[in-house]
Amino acid sequence: MALAIASRDVDGVTVLDLSGRITLGEGSVQLRDAVRGLIGKGQKNILLNMGEVNYIDSSGLGELVSAYTTAKNQGAAVKLLKLTKKVHDLLQLTKLYTVFDIYDDEAAAIASYR
Amino acid sequence: MESVGVIEAAAEKLAAEAGLDEDQQSHIAMAVREAAINAVLHGNEYDPARSIHLTFENTGTDLIFTIADQGRGFDPDSLPDPLAPENLLRGAGRGIFLIRSLMDEVHFRQLHPGTELTLVKHLAPASGKT
Repeated sequence: MALAIASRDVDGVTVLDLSGRITLGEGSVQLRDAVRGLIGKGQKNILLNMGEVNYIDSSGLGELVSAYTTAKNQGAAVKLLKLTKKVHDLLQLTKLYTVFDIYDDEAAAIASYR
Repeated sequence: MESVGVIEAAAEKLAAEAGLDEDQQSHIAMAVREAAINAVLHGNEYDPARSIHLTFENTGTDLIFTIADQGRGFDPDSLPDPLAPENLLRGAGRGIFLIRSLMDEVHFRQLHPGTELTLVKHLAPASGKT
């Protein structure tokens, strides 16, 4: 299954509910377009809800990093919410767990932008 | 690139048939997928005139996957360490690292032309077997 992205606003934070796979050709481009589109529109607070992302490959990991750095360079912030075990394990393996702000609780994640 | 999904599924099926647990099946599928993508993308550079060659084998003690491309070849020892602080925020360069992390053995062989990767996962002895 490719990546499905639904967007909602919560207290000034745009939450992107991601569902499916973030892989080369199956989700990386959609994620890139979604995040860059938000940053282009001036949104500074972006939360990626990863709770339904069951698979990510090296290309998807690279896309997450690019989203993070693109946001940071524009004075915005991309944070992660609710990692599945597979994604959590890969972020730990690649040390990207130390890069991202990661939350299990949405309310806490939203509050972190204030 | 659609063929990569077929290759990934076939590797996962072989791992399942060998009795490996879901985590290990997933690791093997991901490693083989990464190797196949590298072969198509970086090895053959999307050239439809070049092919990749794969073999999957269950020897009884190991699962062995070989993935060969027809590209220019590369030196695996020259790849930047993706865990180094200066490389952590790079948008690419984690594929070979993941393959090495997820498999028990990874071997590179330079072909003329191309590169062949051999990925090995050791199978635990069957329980009760002496």
